[in-house]
Amino acid sequence: MFRYYLRLALLSYKRNPILSSLMVLAIAMGIGACMTTITVNYIMSSDPIPQKSEQLFYVQLDSWDPNSPAREPNDPPDQVTWTDATNLMKAKQAFRQSAMARSGGVVEPENGDSKPFMTDIRLAYSDFFAMFDVPFQYGSGWDSQSDDNRDMVVVISRAMNDQLFGGENSVGKTVRLAGHNFRVVGVLKEWRLVPRFYDVTTGAFDNTEDFYMPMPLKESLELTSNGNVNCWKRPAEDGFLGFLYSECVNFQMWVELRDDAEKQAYMAFLNSYADEQRALGRFERPNNNRLSNVMEWMAYNNVVADDAEIMLWLSLMFLLVCLLNTIGLLLAKFSGKAGEISLRRAVGASRRDVFMQHLVETGLIGVIGGIAGLGLAMLGLSGIGVLYGDLANDLTSMDPKLVAIALGLALVSSILAGLYPTWRSTRVAPASQLKSQ
Amino acid sequence: MLTMTNVKKIFRTDLVETHALKDFSLQVNEGEFVAVTGPSGSGKTTFLNIAGLLETFESGQYMLDGNDVSQLSDNARSKIRNQKIGFIFQGFNLLPDLNLFDNVDVPLRYRGWSASERKQRIEHALETVGLASRQKHLPSQLSGGQQQRVAIARALAGEPRFLLADEPTGNLDSKMAHSVMELLQDINQRGTTIVMVTHDPSLAAEAGRNIFVRDGQVSELHEVNTFADVVNG
Repeated sequence: MFRYYLRLALLSYKRNPILSSLMVLAIAMGIGACMTTITVNYIMSSDPIPQKSEQLFYVQLDSWDPNSPAREPNDPPDQVTWTDATNLMKAKQAFRQSAMARSGGVVEPENGDSKPFMTDIRLAYSDFFAMFDVPFQYGSGWDSQSDDNRDMVVVISRAMNDQLFGGENSVGKTVRLAGHNFRVVGVLKEWRLVPRFYDVTTGAFDNTEDFYMPMPLKESLELTSNGNVNCWKRPAEDGFLGFLYSECVNFQMWVELRDDAEKQAYMAFLNSYADEQRALGRFERPNNNRLSNVMEWMAYNNVVADDAEIMLWLSLMFLLVCLLNTIGLLLAKFSGKAGEISLRRAVGASRRDVFMQHLVETGLIGVIGGIAGLGLAMLGLSGIGVLYGDLANDLTSMDPKLVAIALGLALVSSILAGLYPTWRSTRVAPASQLKSQ
Repeated sequence: MLTMTNVKKIFRTDLVETHALKDFSLQVNEGEFVAVTGPSGSGKTTFLNIAGLLETFESGQYMLDGNDVSQLSDNARSKIRNQKIGFIFQGFNLLPDLNLFDNVDVPLRYRGWSASERKQRIEHALETVGLASRQKHLPSQLSGGQQQRVAIARALAGEPRFLLADEPTGNLDSKMAHSVMELLQDINQRGTTIVMVTHDPSLAAEAGRNIFVRDGQVSELHEVNTFADVVNG
């Protein structure tokens, strides 16, 4: 019977194309608005590294001003100082660990035809690549020896390898960056991390960087800080090193802890480290150190922006309004079919038969509305792309799961909208209609 | 075949109560062709709707084919309508988007028959009414008389034992009306019981038995000997 009902639904659509199209449009607009905001929220809140997001922890140490917290009501700073970052790295108390920061510099391509250009650099330790499951096209990351020796090595992104070396295996080649020559040791595969959780301070939806190099090089090469820097007291000394060794926080610290025991042990280590630093005249606040896994860290930083959530609720209300309109249109449409319904009832259709026939008709309108809504959602997402530029590149695409959600939402909401009109259609008194036909 | 005993039907609004049928009693035997006549508002159509299980009634008893159908559920009444009763309406009530084949198919769809069985029955019904060659046409492409023939084919396709016709020739000119009447008589002679409501005394005279309804009650009964008597004058 389903195929029969589907054929009747198509005929009914053709019979009232304007009314039917108005319903499709109402559903499409509601679904389009909803799916635009759902997609943005979904991507913003998705787990960027599900295979180990429970084992990666962001470290917060409360080295802040004894008179006021870094963040109300009593939160430690979002980053750590150079001193703490390097101390934690030397301690090697986690299964894997990497302090990191964003820097930048000018790239001078060997090819004389290409002009120098600015780029971001991710300063990190060798564990960075294994911790974050970074995929390699050629070569690999550097080893811990290179960290210790401050080797002039670099890992570059696939896009940068395409730009500088035409996509060839560039391992062993030299690239001039920030006024120094670096040896390429690895080339990444395409690596998009959404959200880019490892450094939300510089924008959770920024692209991953094109260059990665050992973080200790920051000190020897006096590399700039391109990320957020927060200070609660003036550096004791002037100059690059004075600032680097100040109480200003500019570094992110990630550790990989494989189980709860490792986490508890590392937490104990952090607290004893803070006690030790307090004995040295630092860490004047009570111990308030934290370990947050990936999703906890994103929630703490409100990666899904409040306005995105408000937009989501507004779009759901808009969908509701569209569905209320659809209910009105369906009532009008089905009341126009009273003659047909009466005839079907007279010749033996049960109320259930009539209900199912019209539910399929409503569902068809919902599916067509859903498909049209997907088109509108694509438009909405490209509109967000235009408004926010590169920042929104990763937010403005729908995966098959979202397409399925859109069609499901359209189907369910249209059927819900159709329940009352459909039920009403089954209550038509056939005798009164048949005589008047 | 059909026995109504003291059936009472009241239509109520906020302001008035209308007693459409009052102690309405009637028996129609298997194979009969009964014409129901009477003035407007006398209760003819109400009787037909109750007979066709399209309406319920306040009190009394209705036996159809030996079974008491007075208190059946909506589903059970739908099933009986589908399997035992055929309807023919004054306005034909064909579905304009469906071709003749699909129009005749409408009651069969609720019967649970296979596609091949339905096809065979539809083609046979359309052949019976002389429209087999036009099964792909839409109702709008037919004359009024032809449309009524399609409606008759629709009523016949499920091979009901009982045909209810409400002014079946009311929208037709006299020539077409006569042709439809001939078709109904032919169907009756093959064994189908027919109850026909009509305003037209000449058509009523062509039925096997006349029932006159006034003020919601059967007031007179006329027997017509045979169909042949009427045709031959």
